[in-house]
Amino acid sequence: MQDAVAPIAPAMARGAGPHPKRLVESAGEAGLAGILTSPEYGGAGGTHRDFIEFIEAVARADASSAVILDVHLSVGTEPLIVFGNADQKSRYLPKLASGEWLAAFALTEPAGGSDALALQTKADRDGDAYVLNGSKAFITSAGDADLYIVMARTESGTRGVSAFLVEGAWPGVSAGVPLAKMGLHGSWTAELVLQGVRVPAANRLGDEGFGFTVAMSALDSGRVGISAQAVGIAQGALDAAVGVARSRRDAGLDVDRTTLADMEMRTAAARELTRHAASLVDAGQRVTLDASIAKLYATDTCVAVAQAAVDLCAPDSCADDHPAAVRFRDAKACQIYEGTNQIQRVVIARHVLNG
Amino acid sequence: MDVRLNEEQIAIRDTVRDIAREKIAPRAADIDRTGEFPWDIVELYRKHDLFALPFPSEYGGLSGSALTLNVAIEEIAKVCATSALILAVQALGGYALMIAGTDEQKARLLPDLASGAKLCAYALSEPGAGSDPAGMVTRADRHGDEYVITGSKIWITAGGVADTITVFAKTDTTQRARGVSAFVIEDARHLKGFTATTIHGKLGIRGSNTAELHFDEVVVPAANRIGEEGDGFRIAMKVLDRSRPGVASQALGIAQGALDYAVGYAKERKQFGKAIAEFQGIQFMVADMEAQTAAARAMVYMASQLIDDKSPDVGHFAAIAKLLAADTAMKVTTDAVQILGGYGYVNEYPVERMMRDAKITQIYEGTSQIQRVVIARDLLGS
Repeated sequence: MQDAVAPIAPAMARGAGPHPKRLVESAGEAGLAGILTSPEYGGAGGTHRDFIEFIEAVARADASSAVILDVHLSVGTEPLIVFGNADQKSRYLPKLASGEWLAAFALTEPAGGSDALALQTKADRDGDAYVLNGSKAFITSAGDADLYIVMARTESGTRGVSAFLVEGAWPGVSAGVPLAKMGLHGSWTAELVLQGVRVPAANRLGDEGFGFTVAMSALDSGRVGISAQAVGIAQGALDAAVGVARSRRDAGLDVDRTTLADMEMRTAAARELTRHAASLVDAGQRVTLDASIAKLYATDTCVAVAQAAVDLCAPDSCADDHPAAVRFRDAKACQIYEGTNQIQRVVIARHVLNG
Repeated sequence: MDVRLNEEQIAIRDTVRDIAREKIAPRAADIDRTGEFPWDIVELYRKHDLFALPFPSEYGGLSGSALTLNVAIEEIAKVCATSALILAVQALGGYALMIAGTDEQKARLLPDLASGAKLCAYALSEPGAGSDPAGMVTRADRHGDEYVITGSKIWITAGGVADTITVFAKTDTTQRARGVSAFVIEDARHLKGFTATTIHGKLGIRGSNTAELHFDEVVVPAANRIGEEGDGFRIAMKVLDRSRPGVASQALGIAQGALDYAVGYAKERKQFGKAIAEFQGIQFMVADMEAQTAAARAMVYMASQLIDDKSPDVGHFAAIAKLLAADTAMKVTTDAVQILGGYGYVNEYPVERMMRDAKITQIYEGTSQIQRVVIARDLLGS
């Protein structure tokens, strides 16, 4: 997969690359679009350790490709694996696992970021279906995805949120123009608008009011994936810095060994925290605390390492498309999405205080 | 050390603050998006006589006070790092003359810089000589009453728009630092053998003109050599003592602008039924941003006052100011993006631009690594 991604990575980083769908198609051709899906549904039957190794490898080359694939494999597919019934799984998992379909996850709204459960998108029951109305913000792959896992409100209150499988081609589903972001230029991030979208009751994931559980479970696992993306970004930045450092050393010039050592240490630690969290998921254990710790540490690390890499590769790294500059811009998103690092601290502190 | 702004400095600060808010702030996003050099900002500075700030009054300037200049740079940088740099580099391009020029050179060349009639630039760095300027290879060969300059310079701010450029070149290629001499070239835009190629696609300060300069046997009269042959490196080091606090002020302004924006947002944005300003996570972040910015300002003011006092300790504290302010700008802008969350990551809001702009302040005018080398050497010896 490293070979499949590497040639398209530079194009993706400049926002001029293939559609996210085409990336997932090529992943599918390599048998990598359904790593966590069982062979029964066309997947590779892999572990979370396999998954993070893949995401880190992709992210090392290109963070945009990594987030598209991470969202597809993790928050876009896992809720279906964990909470879907046999009918839902057989209808959708094979298409996602083959890479024929691209998956996305729609929770965040303009007024509901960290306070995700303040969401206002409504799902009104109408006979055998629900009618969805509302809009979601900052949705990765919005506009290109074939399947969205959408959280919408069937009743008021935190227990009034339900999860739905919404097909991108259905009437009433539309996306805004992709946002102009600081980084991750190869990933589409846009508003997802739902106007009178009829969703069959058979596409509700779990019971009414189960959406909260789906979202929290998705985030726990999703955080492990983002940790891997962050480790890959850090490693890619470190690669660039080490290359320059070796050239300087060979030319008899000074090298900032202090910073280099710190970059290596933090990246290695981030990787181990990520592996640990993935192992817990594979063992079927509760991962909320460890996933949160990994996400916080790995994403703070990738920002620090990418920023340091720009220093060590200066002045060439002042060019916007230099590998260190690209990672400098890409890394920051990791501290924000999938639960800001301030929320991660709330989660961790809660565990520490409650015992 | 107690540094206070006098009445005149406060008046200038307030005037520049108003100009920045009313005329420069509305242009900042477009300057970044288009990457076009903002000639309208140059015109604005000419109109309001802001280019006079770095220069002494006998040459058409104001007082030449570093503190006054740096306060102005900070005010502008709060809203637009590129625009602040235009003012800072007009000072940088004149410093070698101010420090080591003859009265004749100063009288001939400085007034046009003080009025802004001519823009100036400072050409020290080369492709093979960044942190190690004594390793430069650009040569200046003496032929009678003239020097012939051959070589290249890179990453030169305003190199593609300036008329008057301070250039460092080796008059003795067998030496390192002692072989460097300083020159000023005039009318660069029409100078035979001189080409400037603008470097596009920068990470930040996108509207700033940054250029690669080529000197193909460019003739410079001996009357345009600054100081004696071999004085160049010493002059360059003295220039850095003055210019580092200028860049530090730019970094300080970037930090303060980002902090102000993030604080405003935190008070307005509501989650979980209250403003995010009420959450400890945000409060502690803001407190650290404020403390670091205030500390950086104290060092910038101190270094600026030491310049105005002609203190021998300038170099040490200029390096500290530059290190602290630049690292602070990077941290504060990164945290400002964080406070704005998803909105901080998109270009409809200014903080992602501020974060990209902050990075260069850790790199130019001596990398943060070099500042550490300088500071440590002052204490530990080399």
